[in-house]
Amino acid sequence: MSDEAHIRISGVKHAYKTEAGPLPVLDGLELEMQPGAFSAVVGPSGCGKSTLTKLLAGLLIPDEGEVILHGQPVTSPRSTVGMAFQNPVLLEWRNILDNVLLPLEIVPNKLNQKQREDRGQELLAMVGLEGFEDKKPSELSGGMRQRASLCRALVHRPEVLILDEPFGALDAFTREDLWQIMHELRHREAFTCLLITHDLRESIFLADEVVVLSGRPARTQHVMDVPFGADRSLEILYTPEATDMLHELRHQIQVAQGRVPANQEQLT
Amino acid sequence: MSNWQRKFGIPVVAMIVFALFWEALVWINDWPNYVMASPSDLGPAFWQYRWMFLEHGWDTLWRTVVGLLLAIVFGVLIGMIMGFSRIMREALYPLLVGFNAIPKATVVPVVALLFVGQHDMNTILIAFMISFFPIAVSISIGLSTLEPEYRDILASLGASKLTIFRKIALPKTLPEFFGALKVAVTLAFIGTNLMEIVEPHGRGLGHLFDSGKINADYPLMFAVLIALALLGIALYYVVVALEKMFAGWAEREHH
Ligand SMILES: Nc1ncnc2c1ncn2[C@@H]1O[C@H](COP(=O)(O)OP(=O)(O)OP(=O)(O)O)[C@@H](O)[C@H]1O
Ligand SMILES: [Mg+2]
Repeated sequence: MSDEAHIRISGVKHAYKTEAGPLPVLDGLELEMQPGAFSAVVGPSGCGKSTLTKLLAGLLIPDEGEVILHGQPVTSPRSTVGMAFQNPVLLEWRNILDNVLLPLEIVPNKLNQKQREDRGQELLAMVGLEGFEDKKPSELSGGMRQRASLCRALVHRPEVLILDEPFGALDAFTREDLWQIMHELRHREAFTCLLITHDLRESIFLADEVVVLSGRPARTQHVMDVPFGADRSLEILYTPEATDMLHELRHQIQVAQGRVPANQEQLT
Repeated sequence: MSNWQRKFGIPVVAMIVFALFWEALVWINDWPNYVMASPSDLGPAFWQYRWMFLEHGWDTLWRTVVGLLLAIVFGVLIGMIMGFSRIMREALYPLLVGFNAIPKATVVPVVALLFVGQHDMNTILIAFMISFFPIAVSISIGLSTLEPEYRDILASLGASKLTIFRKIALPKTLPEFFGALKVAVTLAFIGTNLMEIVEPHGRGLGHLFDSGKINADYPLMFAVLIALALLGIALYYVVVALEKMFAGWAEREHH
């Protein structure tokens, strides 16, 4: 099985060079994902989650260990990756459709202008933004901008979607809307997704597995399977099963933060 | 009141009120011409010297514009170097600040001695030197404060540095650039006049001012001041129009 893994990160160590000397950020990171898998990564603030996304995107090369995509070590950025961040970073001088189409101006493709626009409109419709093609980003709400940013990350049909806390700045209701949109996108578009998040409910609602990282320097501390099927409604978050999982994740985070020792029994 | 009336009507009324106030002030105090000319003296002065105003005004204008264009080219170039490389920023910044701090009135005679007789070049040089600092600083700050995510969305697709600059960094810096250009255009204008007045060589509105002084033609001196103000306003609004054209998106709509 593991030979077919789409993404394999093994033994990855990385340190940033700072004025105060090297700052080890990742130390022994392990992660494996099958094609089409959806993994959520949670961990204490500043532990190195965004660094992990940069390694996977080829924006950084690890000091040690391997980042393998499709059996090939990642040594530079590649056009089969799509990224979205907490900050939607839309270009204010372009309308929404042209923002979404930006990657097609970079990634080699054979689409003509009409086909590009059709593709952009298809995605915008999927996230509920039809009719907003000609609007400027400043005319949209935060949730709408984030939806447009998701469309931009997907427009070139990437194999790997990397999301770094994309819903972190949104209010709770908007966030739940976007979770459901994420679900629908996953049904319609084929991608392997790595989601960084601070929200444990989000992680179990969206992902097939949740990876807990330890505090900095981060290693893989715990991996939890999410047994929910492909069709999920928000109701699953209110089942006893979900409660147990959230409880366990919370415990793991506290261990990662160094607040409780790993072997201590959970207080229930 | 229509938008057009508001945009042009109000400033015109303000200018008329200002002129009336000025006229009244001279009239009430009974100031003679050599203390303070009144607006009603300016008309005849403009008419009498109309060809000179055109000729010297043109000299001042084109040298200002050439100096400013040079400042844009060098300012953007140095701004890019400082914006992209931290080492260059740390190396160049104190130099630029020091250079900018030198009063340009002291540079004028130095330049005039350095390039004796090259009046056009000297004037352009001063206009350039005085105006390129804000441009360089705005570009370097615009580029160095670009949020890394903006770079990453394109870099993660394998886009080159140049593509990222062209598609994101440059347009994103335009509002700051035009902000600086509004300051720079006024400075360049001051630079040109400084050279024309401190080292007079018979050209430009600065020279006309100087000859008014020598001949004790006070209405002419005041007329030159007004001409300078009008030219300054015109240059400034050309930049505003360009800003609307190229960076209009940065303007929030007011309701
Ligand atoms: N370019 C850099 N140079 C030096 N240090 C860095 C750099 N980028 C990140 N760091 C440091 O490395 C550590 C990990 O950063 P990273 O952004 O990966 O954490 P994170 O888990 O994403 O944090 P958060 O939860 O706040 O998003 C932090 O302490 C951060 O200050
Ligand atoms: Mg982060």
